Amino acid sequence: MSRKITPQRYWNPYVAGALLGLLLFLTFFLTGHGLGSSGGVDRMLVAVQDLIVPRHVDTTPYLASMAGGERNPLDHWVVWQVVGILLGGFVSGWLRGRVRLETRHGPQITPRTRWAMAFLGGVLMGYGARMARGCTSGQALSGGAVLSVGSWLFMLAVFVGGYAVAWLLRRLWQPGRNG
Amino acid sequence: MAPWDLDIELGKIFASVVYLLIGFAFGFILESAGFGDSRRLAAQFYFRNLAVLKVMFTAILVAMVAIFWASGIGWLDYEDVWVNPTYLWPGILGGLIMGVGFVFGGFCPGTSLVGAATLKLDAVWFVAGAAVGIHGFGETVGLFEDFWYSGDLGRFTLQDWLGQPVGMVVLGLVVIGVIMLWAAGLLRRWLYGDADER
Repeated sequence: MSRKITPQRYWNPYVAGALLGLLLFLTFFLTGHGLGSSGGVDRMLVAVQDLIVPRHVDTTPYLASMAGGERNPLDHWVVWQVVGILLGGFVSGWLRGRVRLETRHGPQITPRTRWAMAFLGGVLMGYGARMARGCTSGQALSGGAVLSVGSWLFMLAVFVGGYAVAWLLRRLWQPGRNG
Repeated sequence: MAPWDLDIELGKIFASVVYLLIGFAFGFILESAGFGDSRRLAAQFYFRNLAVLKVMFTAILVAMVAIFWASGIGWLDYEDVWVNPTYLWPGILGGLIMGVGFVFGGFCPGTSLVGAATLKLDAVWFVAGAAVGIHGFGETVGLFEDFWYSGDLGRFTLQDWLGQPVGMVVLGLVVIGVIMLWAAGLLRRWLYGDADER
């Protein structure tokens, strides 16, 4: 459906990309590492888990590496960074009139279908991101810029996986007649 | 010489503020690029809108050139910069799973945070799903620990792999990146004509 209020246009992608590149450089320069997202969400979840089932966290190596014993999973740069992403995204959207309760979906599906697919996609993304030790931020952008072989192969794999299923799932996103 | 350990240089509290500001700028740029909108992100997989490719590769190329320029003139010690260690097989399988998840979900973890922050309900559902997936991984990785550490090559860079000077690798990637963006633009025009990117 067409939008009632025309929100401000998005930035030119090359300008946004150049600014993001400078931010990424600055981050490496100041801190020695890149950006991250899924890791921060992971630590927040483990923090909650540590409140409910601390014994389980202490005895599961993956979780204990973040929150074992006296370790505080929230005491990590990526947690602050994730809070910053939420604030920055909100302020940017708010300044441009884009903070609105709504569902963005392809023209051929209902919001309800979109929610179910978004949830399913989220499960896959969350699981895959931890398996790959990072997501688009922590692996592709950050590892790509410092020339990690694993990060470049990861990036390739994401695009291969996406394009492999895009045609099968075209009903989710494409306009009817182009499909 | 950079990089610094901010926790030590600034103390924990000020370092946290810096990380918060970095995240703020990151979220602000992602939203400004239109990455809070799943349709815009998913359109990449149909070559209908190339913003994902343009933003991502411009960012990687700009950061890469700046990093190796700064290290070339002695401002930044590349040896001291964190390079994601390569674990070949879990990296590739995780990437494939994420690619499939991207088309189902319309977001990646970072962009879904920006979508949720601007109250896009599909992003909120995605974040909930991602939380389940991340939690599920922590609970099940013990079942395939060997695989998760397989293909361990440590700090392994493209210049190590190709045996080329880093300057050549950087130059090569810039050339490949520019050609790829140009070719993607041609493909988009071939598929959708001169219509605006939507």
